[in-house]
Amino acid sequence: MAARARSVPAEQYDDLEQQHRASTFGMWVFLVTEIMLFGGMFTAYASYRFLYPEGFAEGSRHMDLVIGGVNTGVLIVSSLTVALAIHAAQTGHRRALLGFLGATIVLGLLFMNLKAVEYWHHWQDSLVPGLRFSFEGPLAHQVQLFFLFYFIMTGIHAVHLTIGVSVVAILLILAWRGHFTPESHAPIEVTGLYWHFVDIVWIFLLPLLYLNGLG
Amino acid sequence: MASTGIGVRAYIVTAAVLLVLTGLTIGLAFAPLGPWNTVVALGIAATKGLLIALVFMHLRSGTATTRLTAAAGLFWLAILLAGTLDDVMTRGWLPVPGK
Repeated sequence: MAARARSVPAEQYDDLEQQHRASTFGMWVFLVTEIMLFGGMFTAYASYRFLYPEGFAEGSRHMDLVIGGVNTGVLIVSSLTVALAIHAAQTGHRRALLGFLGATIVLGLLFMNLKAVEYWHHWQDSLVPGLRFSFEGPLAHQVQLFFLFYFIMTGIHAVHLTIGVSVVAILLILAWRGHFTPESHAPIEVTGLYWHFVDIVWIFLLPLLYLNGLG
Repeated sequence: MASTGIGVRAYIVTAAVLLVLTGLTIGLAFAPLGPWNTVVALGIAATKGLLIALVFMHLRSGTATTRLTAAAGLFWLAILLAGTLDDVMTRGWLPVPGK
């Protein structure tokens, strides 16, 4: 199995060190485009929240704070398992690597399951713009706009997490086959960067979508 | 392979701090701080984001190239936010003739 491990760099690189730096740099450049993707949504959210503060605060009060808080904890622990998986890859502990990658997948799926339960609650409360929305009172239109932002921002975040879980699942298979060595495990490191970025996006979504209008 | 110089213990401590900050931001959301609620919540979120970037994403021990790339991303985001919100938030400041 060890024969499958890549201990030589691809031919365009001088050595594994240079190849590793190129991978890391490439992922960071991609993450910058991701900052701008989510940044556009955050900017639009900030603009409309400035224009309609009452409706956005009212919308936030219809969030499930328990699920939102627990899910934040789930993502933080998943970032820890990713960091520990990378550490296990660096130090050549294959069993620990498999365990932490598996734990990361479980935590990612747990997050998405809780998110699905939350979406189901919004559906039951008729708070899904365009499909099933009814809200009494003068703030109805503003609250509808808030929930539009909520579903698009959390939805695109969930798409990113789905991609993350899929990639970690592929890493798990590769790790199982002995693909990674302490000298060569850049795919795990750059996937980790992506995973942590998605975690950071959620860390900003929590206060903006859940914690507004409570004080 | 470049060593990150970060141990298991640092990762666990960082995650623990992040969990404490999450509890803190949820608790403080119920404090009657008026407009400061948003400032406090975003300040805590930025602190958490910075911790993740420095420790989990290895920026603290990263090369100058990766650090500059991350900084460039934040700089462009700042241009986007400032260039949009300076318009949205100041439209009511001056009267529009004929309106």
